[in-house]
Amino acid sequence: MSLINTQFKRRSFLKVSAASGGGLLLGFSLTVSCSPADQVKNAPADWFDINAFLKIASNGKITIMSPNPEIGQNVKTSMPMIVAEELDVAWEDVIVEQAPLNTDAFTRQVAGGSQSIRQSWEALRMAGATARQMLVNAAAKKWNVNAKDCTTEAGVIKDKNGNSITYAEIAQEASGMEVPEQVNLKDPKDFKIIGQGKGNVDMEGIITGQPLFGLDFRREGMLRAAVMRPPAFGLKLKSFDDTEARKINGVQDVVRFGDKVAVLASSTWAAMKGKNALTAEWEEDTMLESTQYHDKELRELLYKKAEEPKRKDGDVEAQFAIADKVIEKVYEAPFLPHNTLEPMNFFAHVTPQKVELIGPIQTPEWTRKRVSEFLGRPEKEISIDMTRMGGGFGRRLYGDFVLEAAEISDKSGKPIQVVFSREDDMTAGTYRPGSKYRFKAGLKDGKMTAYHLVGAGVNMGNATRENNFPATAMPHYLVESHELKSNITTGAWRAPITNFLAYAEQAFLDEVAEELGKDPVDFRLELFDQAKNNPTGALEYDVDKFVGVIKLAAEKSKWKEPAEEGITKGFSAYYSHNSYVAEVAEVAFEKGNPIVKKVYCAVDCGIVINPLAAINQIEGGIVDGIGHALFGDFAFYNGQPQQNNFDQYRLIRMPEAPPIEVFFVESHNHPTGLGEPTLPPAGGAIANAIYKATGKRLYKQPFMKEKIVLG
Amino acid sequence: MANYTIKVNGKQHQVDVDSDTPLLWVLRDELNLVGTKYGCGIARCGACTVHLNGNAIRSCSLPISAAGSQEITTIEGLAEKADHALQNAWREHDVPQCGYCQAGQIMNAAALLTRNPNPSDKDIDTAMQGNLCRCGTYNKIKAAIKSAAQNI
Repeated sequence: MSLINTQFKRRSFLKVSAASGGGLLLGFSLTVSCSPADQVKNAPADWFDINAFLKIASNGKITIMSPNPEIGQNVKTSMPMIVAEELDVAWEDVIVEQAPLNTDAFTRQVAGGSQSIRQSWEALRMAGATARQMLVNAAAKKWNVNAKDCTTEAGVIKDKNGNSITYAEIAQEASGMEVPEQVNLKDPKDFKIIGQGKGNVDMEGIITGQPLFGLDFRREGMLRAAVMRPPAFGLKLKSFDDTEARKINGVQDVVRFGDKVAVLASSTWAAMKGKNALTAEWEEDTMLESTQYHDKELRELLYKKAEEPKRKDGDVEAQFAIADKVIEKVYEAPFLPHNTLEPMNFFAHVTPQKVELIGPIQTPEWTRKRVSEFLGRPEKEISIDMTRMGGGFGRRLYGDFVLEAAEISDKSGKPIQVVFSREDDMTAGTYRPGSKYRFKAGLKDGKMTAYHLVGAGVNMGNATRENNFPATAMPHYLVESHELKSNITTGAWRAPITNFLAYAEQAFLDEVAEELGKDPVDFRLELFDQAKNNPTGALEYDVDKFVGVIKLAAEKSKWKEPAEEGITKGFSAYYSHNSYVAEVAEVAFEKGNPIVKKVYCAVDCGIVINPLAAINQIEGGIVDGIGHALFGDFAFYNGQPQQNNFDQYRLIRMPEAPPIEVFFVESHNHPTGLGEPTLPPAGGAIANAIYKATGKRLYKQPFMKEKIVLG
Repeated sequence: MANYTIKVNGKQHQVDVDSDTPLLWVLRDELNLVGTKYGCGIARCGACTVHLNGNAIRSCSLPISAAGSQEITTIEGLAEKADHALQNAWREHDVPQCGYCQAGQIMNAAALLTRNPNPSDKDIDTAMQGNLCRCGTYNKIKAAIKSAAQNI
């Protein structure tokens, strides 16, 4: 049991009121992160922003009104589990209502960076524990007993005299009680709900085909809008002809906006046909970039000295000069589209009175701000309602499709839904940018003593994670980064930066280990030993947690034992999004192609709230990582994307998804996210296993484009 | 535009659409059966899978003029009480992440189990490789199909 404060300097993290219709309404901040009472030093202002509510109604219903969008990461299931645990009710009795965007009440509405649970964990526990304490206090007052002598179980309060009352019955009275200044949180060993596998709360709707997603939204009189966009980055619209488009049955209007043209129709098919019937002339506006150009520019940047290094410990150049051996390798990654299976779409109805926006978006608050600026309408006139999202992976952070919907509705005066075809979705993306990395290691006296990394990416800002491992494990360490600016829209893609950087680093370390004649796991552990006992510079990862997952993965995969005939093993470990992951891949070759036969994955993500959902996320991240490392390829020619549908863009399919065994490090630490961290190590694990089978190192993704010959 | 009478989930429906309209958009836009999903429009992702006389087909690539009077079944009509062995197995294994592809996966798997009630891993791989799951729930899908096969 730990005691936590519900206030700081007399300002409360919680606001209590009577619920409309009777009961207790507890407002709280989902971003609050209150450590045990004695540890609270400073409370940031946003901890006091009420952005979520816990309602215990007089009819017994318990609701969390949550602003966090659901994108498949299962927060609608895991959040009620946390509240139910501290409140002492059955988790089935708590439901999450997806709150519409309302910045008066909700201040941080975003799903991204695997942060939903990490940031709401303590807030949800505090809300549950506080509500429980207030209910108990109200019952104790009613019975004229000491609150300490009351117990709770499954939504019922009892005292020693045989009195008993349900939360529903006392909720209204509890709303008149003072918020306790401190409340007790449960000891993790007493958890009854957290740590149990609980099913997805939207299961019934999903498996019976109920309208849940953005594209399922309907409104009387709504038109579908299919949009013709410039076919290449760098082109602008000169003129267009809509004569044929307007002849198509169902087409009602054609609207030009900027360099785009929308065809509005009474059905999706008519809108798509109408769009395809448009003809247009385009003219060059800015440079028409090709993959060849990106490759050339990025390669050159890798050999330029950065004005300011991202991190510099010691003197790598001096070490390289006296090293026994220097290894230098370059790793290259293409652009990637997100390819959420539900293409981008959004409903908009712009009227003189209000702007109504409905659909799948990961960043409603930011998007509303942008729509407000774009249309010149005050934010209070704009509402955004969120639907379930058919995948995110970062694409739905960007509200470009919402702005399009708003503009088309504004121009046409009609309620419309923008619908991207798959081709639209893949060619008007916010891509994972292409990037390259150059690694250089200096080896001396059987050790890696100097390490130099240069990253270069398109629109990537800092392409490195300079303080990640192996920083501090080496006396001489230098990281530099360069950026190539481009007119191609790029953005976050599941595990930004690290989705490729991790593979490059882990493949490079394997090569260094081999050069030193060391086992890859032993070599990594030696580096961690150095980071722990003789660190150089600031350490920003937890060595013990890292070593914990490495040892666990090695043990469970029987790393040191020889693999079965025809199988090779590869190791990889990475820390990202606050979670530690180590993976071992087993690879075999069939008809000359690598087949991932199995993956062992060890994870330290703190307390595991819902193992069933956690394993699902972990497996999904690994499958995604394997798929894109093997197949993900995307190119531009004169600004034009060269792949536009799944016949040209290869995604991983069932036969390529290996069985995965997941092992959690047992932990009572604060939970961290799982939407991203298992993806980054996957590419390195399979590349290292493929090397053992073929003797060929892989330096470019996708691997299947490289000539892999069983050697 | 032309009038077509189609039979979906046991009921006759009259629709007035262009003859090249894919069955997918008739189901979604005309009949408001939105469980069948649009993913690619070229029969490469399986999100739009429905049954035509019990066989799994990609509704995005079947023009309404070719549907005739054949029996069409969508996820909404798979089992009246949502108690198909596959739906139960999906619950048991907690299969979905985002959930968007799952109706198509279930419909494809249902057709597989009808013609092969006891599929091997390889049979499942072969039958299901046309259905993309972008979230990567393939292992759970496979496990659920195996469970369902045992309960049919």
